[in-house]
Amino acid sequence: MTAETVEGVPPRIGDAVATATTTAPKRGPSSGWLAKVLVLVIGIAWTVPTAGVFISSWRPEPEVATSGWWTVFAHPFDFTQYTLANYQRVLTTEDMFEAFVNSLIVTIPATVIPITLAAFAAYAFAWTRFRGRSFLFAVVVGLLVIPLQMSLVPLLRLYGDYDLTGTFVGVWLAHAGFGLPLAIYLLYNYISQLPKDIFESANIDGATPFTTFTKLVIPLSYPALASFAIFQFIWVWNDLLVSLVFLGTNPDVAVVTVSLAQLVGSRGAAWHLLTAGAFISLVIPLVVFLLLQRYFVRGLLAGSVKG
Amino acid sequence: MAETVKAQLETNRRPRWTIVRDLSVAVAVVVLIWLGLRVLRSETALDSLGELGGKLVQALIGIVLGVVGIWALFIVANSLVELLPARATTVIRPYVFVGPAIVVLSIFLVAPAVGTIIQSFTEVPESEGPLYNYVQAFTDPDIQIALRNNVIWLILAPLGAVLIGLAFAGLVDRVKRESVAKSFIFIPICISGAGVAVIWRFIYEWKPAGTPQIGVLNAIVTALGGEPIPWLQEIPVNTLALIVAFIWVQTGFAMVILSAAIKGVPTELLEAARIDGAGEFQTFRRIVLPSIRGSIITVFTVIAVAVLKVFDIVYVTTNGNFDTDVIANRMFNEMFRFRNFGFATALAVILLVAVVPIMVVNVRNLRRQGIGA
Repeated sequence: MTAETVEGVPPRIGDAVATATTTAPKRGPSSGWLAKVLVLVIGIAWTVPTAGVFISSWRPEPEVATSGWWTVFAHPFDFTQYTLANYQRVLTTEDMFEAFVNSLIVTIPATVIPITLAAFAAYAFAWTRFRGRSFLFAVVVGLLVIPLQMSLVPLLRLYGDYDLTGTFVGVWLAHAGFGLPLAIYLLYNYISQLPKDIFESANIDGATPFTTFTKLVIPLSYPALASFAIFQFIWVWNDLLVSLVFLGTNPDVAVVTVSLAQLVGSRGAAWHLLTAGAFISLVIPLVVFLLLQRYFVRGLLAGSVKG
Repeated sequence: MAETVKAQLETNRRPRWTIVRDLSVAVAVVVLIWLGLRVLRSETALDSLGELGGKLVQALIGIVLGVVGIWALFIVANSLVELLPARATTVIRPYVFVGPAIVVLSIFLVAPAVGTIIQSFTEVPESEGPLYNYVQAFTDPDIQIALRNNVIWLILAPLGAVLIGLAFAGLVDRVKRESVAKSFIFIPICISGAGVAVIWRFIYEWKPAGTPQIGVLNAIVTALGGEPIPWLQEIPVNTLALIVAFIWVQTGFAMVILSAAIKGVPTELLEAARIDGAGEFQTFRRIVLPSIRGSIITVFTVIAVAVLKVFDIVYVTTNGNFDTDVIANRMFNEMFRFRNFGFATALAVILLVAVVPIMVVNVRNLRRQGIGA
């Protein structure tokens, strides 16, 4: 069951945005060839940078170093000019495979942990009464504006004391902490708007607050949970700062963004490797984005309150 | 009705054996999580599985531990609270739900932020006063360059992204396959800063004159008869080059928000303007622009905050060399490379002071539009 089926649930943040990414009826004269040309020009200009990296990643080393990637278009279907060697090389000798797995180890718990903490907290803030409720919620909202740079130095020292630097647990918790204010805020906005009746009837039927939460609140909040999950997933996957500070560059734990930054430092002119590495680092967010664009846009808009 | 009341009463009556069961489950969960953490942190535990096998088993343990562990902790805590007398349960349970989040927030945001502010005044050389780090920050020539660059970024990056995003949003309204066209502009926003840095370093790649250029930009320059330009080394073009990469990322965000806002302008309003003889451009300027003012402010402020905190693009592209430094990159280097912790905390506070006013404008504006709290 999704929220759409519950009567009385108001439209949410960014629904307009979400529908705007799908096709809407055209308005105004669709005459202008100028509009079409301009859209095409901007579209091409925005695609060329990624396309160049993508094409280069399949070209053999000597060609990448001595000729522009656009020269493949002279004979685009001549498949002898493409090779898998760059990917093989980057995944094995440059530790990118390990980094890719590390990114998954970091990203999945660093998404689920804050979302779980936030869902429980948002539910308690919205539907239970306890002392200090409004004060604590105000603090959470206030924390939205704090840049995470404010936390780095003291946390780095704390992690040093407890041997947490360079551990996955340490980086999960750091990402959880930094993502929590937004998660609570977003989920509170949604959960607090769920119709009151469902909580009353659940209570009458003898459901404890815990089962109400797991059986009703979680399924009904699915759109908000999905929006935040995708936003946080892509945010964590793409993060460089937090991973660099708390996990570091040791290949046992380094994530793809760190590994790619290392590669730029050590092999800055080896474009056949850099392009393949860049593509490995962006394939997961790209797939997630293309499949779940609607939710991502919603999360992004709601995320605009993050400091 | 009687049925449900009976059911409710039953849930409040707890036979003794459930207490034993719940407690032993709680102990088992805690032990399992502890063991999992031990394996995850151990250097050698998985060595017998070989390199690849060890890595994949580690991934499995890590992901299961993180994902299941957090749920297990809540379930255990809840069942322990339910062992208490019913009244105590009602009072304490909200804290079980809110508590973990509050603890994590306190450890990772509240306490460190307070610590950062204090340390920025206390971690100074012995002979110096508490303002030493701040005086340094505003007199050190390198930091001044970083501050100046942040101001340049702050002016150009939001402006560029908003103007192109607005133009594209206005134009794309009139073409077929609108969503496909939008996706192309939007894709860069899901690419990491490190990835963006590689992509744009490749665009700006420089080879000596006379050899074939493999970077798009210098290929164009030389094809037009010019000398190849080292875009990332030449001052001040290099800062602009970085800003262009950043605009490339943020335009999609601006476009999506503004496009939604443009679609929200009532059709009757647009038709009335057209009937009154307003041209397309005039309709856009006089009707559409004023109606989407709130959204434009939102986009501006969001990108401005992102600009102030920009780190990864600069770090991976130039690492602040050749006068391209910015505050967030400097803060990272002071902390991580030079171990200048006091100075790094002062830079973080400067960042905070710059971000907060923009966030205040943003939140007020969102409230006026009825989005958010």
